[in-house]
Amino acid sequence: MTLRPRRIVIYMFLLLAAFVFLIPVYVMVATSLKGMEEAALDRMWELPSSIQWQSYVIAWEKLAPHLLNSLYLAVPATILSALLGSLNGYVLSKWRFPGADGLFTLILFGMFIPYQSVLIPLIQFLQQIHLYNTIPGLVFVHVVYGIPITTLIFRNFYAGIPDGILEAAKMDGSGMIGIYWRIVLPLSVPGFVVVGIWQFTQVWNEFLFAVTLTSTSQQPVMVALQNLSGSQIVQWNVQMAGALLAALPTILVYIFLGRYFIRGLLAGSLKG
Amino acid sequence: MIPIEPIRLQGAIHLTSHRMEMHQRVDISRKPAPKPGWKRGEKWAGLLLLCPSILAIAVFVYGFIGWTGVVSLTRWNTLVPDFTFVGLQNFVALFQDFRFQSDLRNTLVFTVFFILACLVIGLLLATLLDTRIRGENLFRNLFIFPMALSLIVTGVVWQWIFNPSTGVNLFLKKIGLEEPPVWYVDTRILPGVEWGRIEWGIPVALIAVVVAAVWQLSGFTMAMYLAGLRAIPDELREAARVDGAGEWQIFRRVIFPLLRPITLSVVIILGHISLKIFDLIVAMTGPGANYVTDVPGVYMFETTFRGNHYAQGAAIAVIMLFMISLLIVPYLLSGMRKEADR
Repeated sequence: MTLRPRRIVIYMFLLLAAFVFLIPVYVMVATSLKGMEEAALDRMWELPSSIQWQSYVIAWEKLAPHLLNSLYLAVPATILSALLGSLNGYVLSKWRFPGADGLFTLILFGMFIPYQSVLIPLIQFLQQIHLYNTIPGLVFVHVVYGIPITTLIFRNFYAGIPDGILEAAKMDGSGMIGIYWRIVLPLSVPGFVVVGIWQFTQVWNEFLFAVTLTSTSQQPVMVALQNLSGSQIVQWNVQMAGALLAALPTILVYIFLGRYFIRGLLAGSLKG
Repeated sequence: MIPIEPIRLQGAIHLTSHRMEMHQRVDISRKPAPKPGWKRGEKWAGLLLLCPSILAIAVFVYGFIGWTGVVSLTRWNTLVPDFTFVGLQNFVALFQDFRFQSDLRNTLVFTVFFILACLVIGLLLATLLDTRIRGENLFRNLFIFPMALSLIVTGVVWQWIFNPSTGVNLFLKKIGLEEPPVWYVDTRILPGVEWGRIEWGIPVALIAVVVAAVWQLSGFTMAMYLAGLRAIPDELREAARVDGAGEWQIFRRVIFPLLRPITLSVVIILGHISLKIFDLIVAMTGPGANYVTDVPGVYMFETTFRGNHYAQGAAIAVIMLFMISLLIVPYLLSGMRKEADR
């Protein structure tokens, strides 16, 4: 294929955009590998002269318990909200009762609200049931406020399963639960992967609930990272190492399962 | 390897058989008499299965919003709850408040610049990627990658890039700029028209924050546009070409109008993200001197949980919800109507 001038311009432009997109990644990686004396403000863009792991050691010490908190938070929250979303999506796409669309719209609204508008009662409620400042409390919150998005993605997903398959099962006398269990659920694996990855990323990265509903030892990693970078005494190579450590799980998910992540991204933003 | 599949343009492009199924299904739900195979009462059994979720949304979304509304009308501005009714006093105080007026200005400026930049960059990248180039997957994955990061991580990194004593300013100094910009610590408002208690205009400090936000979300815009472009059949372009239209004309008269539903979705999604932005500001700048980078989300958090002004915090939350509802509710209702028409 010969390169025409127009194509060269396109490539040049895309390469330039890629370069700009990679600047923060370069800053993060290069700085985190520098030693204390090299991580000086006027040498920001220089490559590290030798690779030093000491900033990772310090960041790991500070963040490890919080990384664990985030894991205990994100995994159960993801599984539970995916299961709820699957059931809801199934009913709302295949067993539509009168008013189902209106109800779905009312549920969907919960996805867009600023969570500031529920925070004060939420804290009061969690204190009442003794789940304030606990990881299970945060799991509960993410499951509840995850209902709209998981329901939306599964509802769109199940719309793609032909009704004919379900009709046949109905003829055989299967009920709603039976059809879900024997026919729909086995077909749902891609749906669960998309929703699972999307929810995991969202819950892992979430900050507002985390910072208001937990303190000190219960804090998820993003709050701990913010505390780390907000303090004056911490060197910024440690901050960068911390940022990379905190982002690593979602980066890995993106690298290995990116196509499902993007499907979730698009499914969540378009009403099917 | 991330194949972007063509998406349905809000029901515009459908397989005929699928559409027929849709009609059948709508008919089922409208007719009182159940189809053969539907046992009596099964139509409502679905509602039963939905009950836990309906209850949760009713209480934790609508109930709690209602309760926040009640709190916003009280005198609860200390640690001890005080539910004395004070009417709209908290709201009146907010709208006369220097900090809140600044927040409204900042939110407005941030939203406009952020959305415009994302739309332009996203559409440009999508158009370039849609020209059957080599390495398309690689570029696309790279541009979407920041979406997988937390806004906290983004804020922490960009805070250093725009730090006045390092980062981009090192380059600017090298090319001979004596006094490089001070980015997010700049307190200037341009042009700075006085109205109410504050100066109105563009807070210079916000530019750095907008850049960070655009870095994170323009990839999303690109993905949406790319999916939209893939859904446009090649025949349409061919037909226009046969009619003698140039590439630019095809884009302006054929492609761009077909992408309008995508643009609308993107504006709604980005708009609601921008109106409730919180994490990025906290991680990158905080409220800033003279509140040049403050936003309602940050004010609400600080006044409620640092200052114990619960009623004032609730009032800010109600205003945020109101602004977002203006954007979201028409969108949700039109989506519902479209579905009913199908």
